[in-house]
Amino acid sequence: MGESRIAAEAHELVKTFDGTRAVDGVSLSIPAGSISGILGPNGAGKTTTLRMLLGIIDPTSGTRSLLGHERPLEAAREVGYLPEERGLYPAMTVVEAIAFMGALRGLPIAAGRRRAVELLDGRGFGDWAKRPIRTLSKGMAQTVQLLGTIVHKPRLIVLDEPFAGLDAINQEKLEALIRDEAAAGTTVVFSTHVIAHAERLCERVAIIAEGRVAFEGAVDEARNRLRPIVHLRTRADDGPWRSALPATAPRIAGEWRFELPEGGPEPLLKALIDGEAGIETLSIERPGLHDAFIAIAGAAAARAMGQPVAGEEAV
Amino acid sequence: MTMPETIRAAYVIARRDFTATVFSKTFLLFLLGPLFPILMAVMFGGIGEQIDANRKPPEVAVIAPLADYQALAAARERLSPLAGERPFVTLSHAPPTGDVERQRAALLNDDKVERIGVLDGGLERPHFTGAVAADGRTVREMTMFVDEARRMRAAAAPPPQGAPMGVTLTDSSSGSLALARKLVAHGGQAILFILTILLAGMLLSQLIEEKSNKVIEILAAAVPIDAIFLGKLFAMLAMSLIGILVWTAAGAAAIAIWASGGLSVLPPPAVGWPVFLALILIYFAMSYLLIGGVFLGIGAQATTVREVQTLSMPVTMAQVVIFGLASVGVGNPDSSEAVIAAIFPLSSPFAMIARAAEQEALWPHVAALAWQALWVALILKLASALFRRSVLKSGPAWRWPWQRKSAV
Repeated sequence: MGESRIAAEAHELVKTFDGTRAVDGVSLSIPAGSISGILGPNGAGKTTTLRMLLGIIDPTSGTRSLLGHERPLEAAREVGYLPEERGLYPAMTVVEAIAFMGALRGLPIAAGRRRAVELLDGRGFGDWAKRPIRTLSKGMAQTVQLLGTIVHKPRLIVLDEPFAGLDAINQEKLEALIRDEAAAGTTVVFSTHVIAHAERLCERVAIIAEGRVAFEGAVDEARNRLRPIVHLRTRADDGPWRSALPATAPRIAGEWRFELPEGGPEPLLKALIDGEAGIETLSIERPGLHDAFIAIAGAAAARAMGQPVAGEEAV
Repeated sequence: MTMPETIRAAYVIARRDFTATVFSKTFLLFLLGPLFPILMAVMFGGIGEQIDANRKPPEVAVIAPLADYQALAAARERLSPLAGERPFVTLSHAPPTGDVERQRAALLNDDKVERIGVLDGGLERPHFTGAVAADGRTVREMTMFVDEARRMRAAAAPPPQGAPMGVTLTDSSSGSLALARKLVAHGGQAILFILTILLAGMLLSQLIEEKSNKVIEILAAAVPIDAIFLGKLFAMLAMSLIGILVWTAAGAAAIAIWASGGLSVLPPPAVGWPVFLALILIYFAMSYLLIGGVFLGIGAQATTVREVQTLSMPVTMAQVVIFGLASVGVGNPDSSEAVIAAIFPLSSPFAMIARAAEQEALWPHVAALAWQALWVALILKLASALFRRSVLKSGPAWRWPWQRKSAV
């Protein structure tokens, strides 16, 4: 199979369970060598989309391709997958568990054992090698499963909610691992409902809400969909300068907050100065992925994900 | 995914399941499993023998003149070789006191002796009174004693003592061979039945383990579902074949050591021991794959251990019915019942192993194995589809008929 610029592709994927459309016409493409995120609230259809892409389940309709194969399992040897519901055999030792996951993907068991030891040693976990899985903490077991996902050196790594259940230190380690794999040329796709991870790691994101792709593209492209936000504090409460601000701009705790007008910062500054607003502080903030997500997926989806929505107090 | 890749993947899964089972402590229990019923049988057999040894035969009082009593006692003594392991009732003499009714009542109500009845009227007009079944053993024995005593008295003297009957023992006869082969047929069926019932339960448990460990998702993402299905089935098959080899070797060793005559005491099946043992292995594999495939497909519908236990009951009952169907034809392999059992795929291995014990022809086994292999392929395909549907929630969810109704 020749190198393709697209590692994974879905076209109009639909999945229906008991008459309910869990995924409703998802189309997306994952460029080879990229780190891509699939964002969406719980129940949006992220996991079902990933499972269809990987060939774990068949779509009700639509097509998919994985590393150029229309039958995803044909690419299984070149794919690593960490499912949302982690699973390991409790009685297996750490090395055997990692080697077994490699063997499933075509890596000979002896080579898998060697590579497992290398991976563990490389991360300072060499003393885990002979421990049965049942003796590991949840975070340790998750790390073992992650190593099992990459033991056979896949070209594509698919991680479903990989940060769930990890503490801050392990989340940081996982982010580093994802960056390392991507730097080595591996394509990484992960789903998450924590936008901060996607913002730090991803070049591209697909935002899924209610079974549909609401946005797909570069992170910057998502952010650029929104105008920058102006945060302004003035000594004067009112005056001719107010006409330079949008009429609906709210003032929260003494701070005006509004989208930067079409003309850009210079006309705004001029109007504020000429209108004697008495600028105390003024900052122009580029919207984050979080804001873009809310704008794209809608406030309802954001609330479902537990993300704060502008103008609403965090609970 | 190509067939060799499916086989490779099935091997990886089978290897994992096999080593996880065989190298676990519980496998030792599995191997020792057949010892428990044997130990129980020996233990309870010993207790039973002790009870039998302690049990005195019941007594019947004979209200009669001494001569009549002695004639009855002599008749009892003469017939005693026919009694077998359970001795005849004992007789005690009660000289007539005049009032037979009162004497009979007194004898029956005497707490000091475990007396089961009273015979009065002598040999002329014998009458038995007692708390027994009218056509039961005691009445039959007493009738026999009276008849024999009368016959001996009519002959006026004991029959002449001729030369004792000479006895020559042969290794077999048509009757003994038929009986022995019937025993082997039942034995072969019982072994297949016990093994499949044992393994079907283990297979269901493994499936639940997989579901509860959430490993199934990792497996399904890496290999075809058919490979998972086949891997699990064949791992259990390999494990059970180890069990069979160990048990067979242990059994043969035990017979060679303890039975006089060694292995030659085993009654020979019609096809001979080597072929019969090979057929046991093959029919076991077929039976296991047929029933295991059905169980795995059904078991995949369960989501909890409780559901598995609930499913196990009807499944076990179905196995008993299948076993019953196959046992009907033992002793008469050409009967319509035996032929039906041989044709019905799930009972076919049981029926055919019985046939191997009783008939020499091998071609029916070739035909039966081809027929069973066809059904194995069909059932595995269907069960695999069921497995995929329910375990991975791919496609419409399986519903039982009553669930379908309530869902409408």
